[in-house]
Parts: sequence; C-alpha cells; structure tokens
Amino acid sequence: MRQLVRIASWLYALAVYAFIFLPVVVLVLFSLQATSFPIPPFTGPSLRWYDAVLSDVRLTSALVNSLLVAFISSLAAVTLGFLSAWGFARFVLPGSGLLRGLITLPLTVSYLIIGMGLLVLFNWAGVPKSLLAAGIGHVVINLPLCFAIIYSQMGDHQINIERAARDLGAPEWKVLLLITVPVMAPAIFAGFFLSMTFSWDEFVISFLLTRFDTTLPVEIWNLLRSGLNPKTNAVGSLVFAVSIVLVVFFELTLLRRKPA
Amino acid sequence: MSPSGNTPLPRAGRALPRAGSALPWALVTPALGWTLLFFVLPFIAMGFSSLTAHEGGGFTASNYSQFFTNPSYWQAMVNSLQVTAIVTVISVLLAYPFAWILAEQVPERWQRLALMLAVLPFWTSYVVRSYSWLLVLAQNGVINRALTGSGLFAEPVQLANTRFATVTGFVHFFVMLLTLTIFANLKQLSPSYRKAAADLGAGPVRTFLHVVLPLTLPGIMVGAFLTFVLCIGDYITPQILGGNNELLMPQLVMMQIGRRGDFPLASALSIILMAVVTIAYLACARWLKIERA
Repeated sequence: MRQLVRIASWLYALAVYAFIFLPVVVLVLFSLQATSFPIPPFTGPSLRWYDAVLSDVRLTSALVNSLLVAFISSLAAVTLGFLSAWGFARFVLPGSGLLRGLITLPLTVSYLIIGMGLLVLFNWAGVPKSLLAAGIGHVVINLPLCFAIIYSQMGDHQINIERAARDLGAPEWKVLLLITVPVMAPAIFAGFFLSMTFSWDEFVISFLLTRFDTTLPVEIWNLLRSGLNPKTNAVGSLVFAVSIVLVVFFELTLLRRKPA
Repeated sequence: MSPSGNTPLPRAGRALPRAGSALPWALVTPALGWTLLFFVLPFIAMGFSSLTAHEGGGFTASNYSQFFTNPSYWQAMVNSLQVTAIVTVISVLLAYPFAWILAEQVPERWQRLALMLAVLPFWTSYVVRSYSWLLVLAQNGVINRALTGSGLFAEPVQLANTRFATVTGFVHFFVMLLTLTIFANLKQLSPSYRKAAADLGAGPVRTFLHVVLPLTLPGIMVGAFLTFVLCIGDYITPQILGGNNELLMPQLVMMQIGRRGDFPLASALSIILMAVVTIAYLACARWLKIERA
C-alpha cells in the first residue's frame, strides 16, 4: 500500500512537472531553430535568431527602457513604502488602521483597472503617454507590496536598538539611516527585488500608458502580430534568463539570511 | 510579530521620540499622497467618465444599461465567470495533490529544490508564457505533431484559439501559484495533529480527510480567491490563446479603448468587473482572514 502510494506520487509529480515545463522547453528549444518557423521538426541548433534579436534596435531599446522603468519605479516604491512603514510602525497616528488599509488597497485591484484609471485621468489632465506615465503606474502597484513586506517585518525588538541610538544622542535622520535601514535591509531588498520582477514583467499598464518608446513586454506583444516566429522565442528565452537571474539573486541574498 | 525573547514592549507609543512632532506625518504623507493621487483620483475619474456619454458628453447611465441590454456584453461576463470557475477548480484539484507530494513524499533536504523547480516557469514573462503555449497548441505545433505522427489522429486538432487553450494557459500559471500557497500551508501544520489522529486510531486516509484537509482549507480558499481575482482581470492569456472567437470581460474592455476610443464604456465595464470581484470577496470574506505575519 505504502509502496503503491509512493509510485503513484512519483508518477503524478512527474506528470505535473512535465506540464509545467512543457511550454518553457518548447520555447527555448525552438529559439535555437535554424529555419524560419518555431515548429517541429527541430532544425537547429543555431543562434541566428538571438543575433536577430540583438541587432533589432526596437527590442534592445525596449529592453533598456524596461530595466530603467523597473529600477527607478522600484526605487521609488521601496522608498515610499519604507518611510510609511516606519512611520506607521513607530508612531501612533490617528486613523492608522484606515490609512494602512488605503495604502494596501491597490493590491486588491487588477492591473487592467489601475491602468484604465490612470489612462482616463492622464487623458483628462493632458498628460501624454510615456514611459514616465507607465512608471507612475508601476509605483502604484508595487508601493503596497513594499509597504506590506517592510511593515510586517518591523518587529518590536528593533525598537530597542533605535531607542539605544536615540539615548546616545543620535538625531532622527541618523537613527533612520544608520540603524533602521541596515536592520531592515533584508525586507527592503525583498520589496525592491519583487518590485523589479513585477515591473519588468508588467504588460497591461505599460501597454495602455506608453506610445512610441515602450517596454519589452509591449514590444514582444507587437512581435506576436507576426505569428509564430523563432525571434519571439529567442527574445522570450532571454527575458526568462533575466528573470531567473533576478530570482536566484533574490534567493541567495535574502532567504539564506533568515533571522533565527 | 513576536518580540523575540526579551520583555515585550508596547508596540508603539513608548517608542515615540518627541510627542507631537511633524515627523510621523512627513514619513507617511508621500505614500498616502501617491496612493490618493494615482490610485484613488484615477478611480474617481473613471467613475465620472463611466457616467458620461461617449458622443457629446453630458451625464448618462447608458454605459451601464448597455451592459445589461446588449447580449454580447452580458455574454462576455458569463464567459469570464465560466472560464474563471473552471480554471480555479482544475488548478486547485491539480495543485493540491502535487503540493502534498512535495511536502510529504519528497525527502526534506530536496523539498526546497523541488519547490523551486516547480515554480521556475512562474518567473517567465507573462506574455512569453502565453506565447509558449501557442507554440505547443498550434495547428502544426508539438502536440498536434505528436498526435498525427503517432497515428492517433489523422488530422490536426484545433487547439489554439479555443476556450481550451485559454484554460490551459491559465491553469499552467495558477497550478504554480497554488502549489506555492498550499505547500506553505501543509508545512505549517504541526505534525502533532497527525500523530494525535494516528494515536486515536485513524488510518492515513481518515487522518487526511478529517484533520489535514480541514486544516488546510483556509489556505486553499485564499489561493482560490487569488486565482479568481487574477484570472478574471487578465487580458493577456485570453487574447493570445483564446483569440477573438469568444470574448472575456478584459478583452471587451480593451476593445472599447483600442478600436473605438470609447473611454466611458470601458470605464463602466471596468467598474462592473470590479464590482463582481468585490462581491466574490464579500462572499468568501469569512474564509479570507489574511493576517499580519
């Protein structure tokens, strides 16, 4: 009986792994296709489609745009999130629960609706579509995330360290920069990297709020109009590689240093 | 939030450096201001817009009444709800045994790796992931080649641009998400519950049905709700995999903006979509006590 459960478990797990990896394997395999269609039979390996991606100025500039938007919007989100988390965790503010609820509210609304709202607002206010507009949207979706992560990690034991610093005469800005930020570094990095990966991958807000200069997911979307194309496979595989590097980095820097 | 070891301090208040200073407000105002300016205000703008006429302005409720009178709009909502329900049920049914195997059958030291592998494709770009399924499901794609090549089918089967394709793409994503949440849930269960059940004479099946499953149900509900919310609001997967054969709500919303520039109608449809999610939230609110860690 026990043996049977074990064998069934293995078979089931293998089937689910196969399902999970099937599209990724197909994507990467046919990015190495030598001919013009990413469908069987496999004719590679060849790197010609990677060449095509790297010499496509639209794609490479979209990649730079994506990294810029992700970096700057995540920096803004984590800064705003950290400051507000510190304010709410360390001071008694009237209506604190309600205000915290307000900050985390965007987490419950789909990106499409956040993007739509900003589109309507910017349209009325005469703000042109741009990377800046998309970046503003990315801060909206990532700020609650950063706030929630950092706020949940602000423990009472850290108050003691801050009090010690104050008792020794440190002004408030020094407490913040020299004590709180280093102590909270794991949560701050967690917020920052999660924001980076979400912004890097975000499509619908960028799609609605940018026009000519745009981010990589939108540019890939434009590529899809040409149907199945090994070039799309190649750029998709590259994006996958970047995300994996981010995630592995995230794992190594943060999850290793779990507080005892 | 447990004060580690030392005497617990009151959470705040005593930590106040100088009472009545402007500092706390200076800390929280930027985040609050950002949320008000770029989240609440757009939402109000959208609400206003939804009540104006596309041609010529002026207040009207016609954008909302259109939804109820135009059968194709109504149909999009029905499609969305059906697809979301199917996706949620299939994903939970697939993910639960998988998470259970990872948590119970895989040796402890390999669990972390097994879980990381299981959610690796989760980190591919969303657009790219849907496109990858298109490769797999296309008329002359991998699956159809396998089916016709093995002689099972004489003709390729229409898989892409169907509801089946949309559901497959969604299930792929949500199985990974649910595996993560259910795995975390199973690992949090103290082994003493299972020991107690065994001591009282329950076999493994009874222990699972009467102890493990009920205790992990809240986690499943949270995961299922997350699936519902993310699935019903997603534009990419149905647009790439389902095509335009049958429209879901987000596709309908985007169509109003893209083809016709009809912001008022798009706003009204978005608000209706959000209302449905809110109703779903209220319906399962009692299972969704998401607490601070």
